[in-house]
Amino acid sequence: MKKNTFTTIWKSNFTTYGIVLLFFAVMMILMATGNLSRLMRGQLVPICAYAIMAASLNLTVGVLGELSLGHAGFVSIGCFGGGLAAALLHDAGAGELVCLAGAVLAGVLLSTLAGFLIGLPVLRLNGDYLAIVTLACCQIIKSLLTNLFVGRDESGLHTGFLTQPEGVAADAFVIRGSQGLRNAAVIDNFPAAVVLLILCLIIIYNLIDSKSGRAIMALRDNKIAARSIGINITSYKMMAFVVSAAMAGAAGALFGLSQATVLPGKFDFNMSVLILVFVVLGGLGNIRGSVIAAALLTILPEKLRFLADYRMIIYAVVLIVVMLMRNSTVFHGLGEKIQGLLRRKKTAGSPPRDPDTDPAGKEG
Amino acid sequence: MAARKTYEPTVMVSPPSDILIPERDLGEIPALECRHLGITFGGLHAVENFNLTVGKTEIAGLIGPNGAGKTTVFNLITKVYQPTTGTILLAGRDIAGMDTAAVNRAGIGRTFQNIRLFNNLTVEDNVKLGLHNSIRYRSFAGVLRLPSYWQEEKKAHERALELLSVFKMERMADLRAGGLPYGVQRRLEIIRALATEPRLLLLDEPAAGMNPSETEELMETIRRIRDEFRIAVLLIEHDMKLVMGICEGIAVMNFGKIIAKGTPDQIRNDPEVIEAYLGKNREE
Repeated sequence: MKKNTFTTIWKSNFTTYGIVLLFFAVMMILMATGNLSRLMRGQLVPICAYAIMAASLNLTVGVLGELSLGHAGFVSIGCFGGGLAAALLHDAGAGELVCLAGAVLAGVLLSTLAGFLIGLPVLRLNGDYLAIVTLACCQIIKSLLTNLFVGRDESGLHTGFLTQPEGVAADAFVIRGSQGLRNAAVIDNFPAAVVLLILCLIIIYNLIDSKSGRAIMALRDNKIAARSIGINITSYKMMAFVVSAAMAGAAGALFGLSQATVLPGKFDFNMSVLILVFVVLGGLGNIRGSVIAAALLTILPEKLRFLADYRMIIYAVVLIVVMLMRNSTVFHGLGEKIQGLLRRKKTAGSPPRDPDTDPAGKEG
Repeated sequence: MAARKTYEPTVMVSPPSDILIPERDLGEIPALECRHLGITFGGLHAVENFNLTVGKTEIAGLIGPNGAGKTTVFNLITKVYQPTTGTILLAGRDIAGMDTAAVNRAGIGRTFQNIRLFNNLTVEDNVKLGLHNSIRYRSFAGVLRLPSYWQEEKKAHERALELLSVFKMERMADLRAGGLPYGVQRRLEIIRALATEPRLLLLDEPAAGMNPSETEELMETIRRIRDEFRIAVLLIEHDMKLVMGICEGIAVMNFGKIIAKGTPDQIRNDPEVIEAYLGKNREE
């Protein structure tokens, strides 16, 4: 009876943090012993960024229960905004970590703003309609960024839309229209990326396990019932959407700075779907699952390089097989059996009660 | 039992003449007053000139054949639909312009004919959601795990178990709501509504899917809820044993209109009610 749900939730959350830290430790050891290929080394920060994107999208898709196909849009805003902020900080002589922190902060702020503005019209819709409108918003963001020019020199910031501003040196530009973002300095800091990932996970987990998170999940399960018990639907929908967008922005800044250049075309529909694949594969509402799926599916294509031309076919086949396994009853039954065994071991003293047949429950 | 109310009306809509509330609630502001309530759906009068007064601690019943408009009345009172005409007073306060969530905060809790629980959440979380507006900490305090979060969540946990004990469901706190048996889900829905601290509890077919002994128990519990929480209950029910057994006042609807009001005894012998349920005798 005294078995509190708090403790089980806490245990589950700390397992996730533990998995991330374990991943970090293993990678650091591999790196120190020289067993990590250069290619994999370059994937470490993007893995963290993808994990944040997946976890944050899970907040919208799994926890709020609204299908968003525009997550890449928020990522790109964070990426470009963060890149600009980092360039300005770099010019001012700031160190690597300050640049990164500034970039992430700028990415979060801009994405929050974008999330709020896009959320206003989008969150009036439901289901398929919402998905399509988020897709359109992502497309708009991509088009805007493709035509945006931002440069800086001694005389200040120079911005142009559609055309590059005249009379400014070409290498002064950070955001160069269709040529994308060019970073002043590549910041590829794996420990900082892990810290950011854990920070995002803590925020998501703590949000879910609070009155706000409960309200968000209530909307997902039954909107009419949520209204009937006095829950303000619009504000909680917006909260989930904006928090999700903000973290996508942070992930975008992290990702963008780890690359020398980023093209705006990268953040298209395919990218949104890729993040959605992480979420669905990891399990709707299962944050840990999204993080693991994001890591595995980012590593997998690299590991399959030896297959050369067949690489993407094998990747797709693996995806199909894993999805089938997730949904097969055989696989599920096996998982539940293992869980059941573990549980029986843990609560050996108190067998699970059937409330309907439990005489103590009726007397109470 | 039938008596005129003795308080000043707060809203300038002529009150209907046939106000029925139990004697002990006389002199108190009624929990609910519907005056000339109506709604039309594309020319169809789903509910028309609906007048009902529920005393402060009354258990009232709303009965009638299928499609009579009973659930529509609940949806009007809770503003799922906006009434086309009429006024709704909750404890003397006009609830015009409020939405469903605001109506709940003003003091109306309800259950649904087709159960609407938060199926993927635990029983305890369902009740805690009912407590949502009485849990006092901000979202950022939840994310940062400030002391207010721990205090308020602990209070909510204790209060949730306390409420679950009304139906002896404390032991089910950790179970998934969607996996519960039908009758238990109905009880959980009532607890969730009670958690919002309503003045008036609307129960839409609370005994549906329950066996006779469960119904018996439910009747006892509804009475106990009324006595312990000092609230009014308005219920829609087809189980006449329950309605006649616990309701102090009954209104009968047919084709969107009230065709009879009175005590269980009056209703049982009302020719118009018998006709609505059984049809007209041709020889008459």
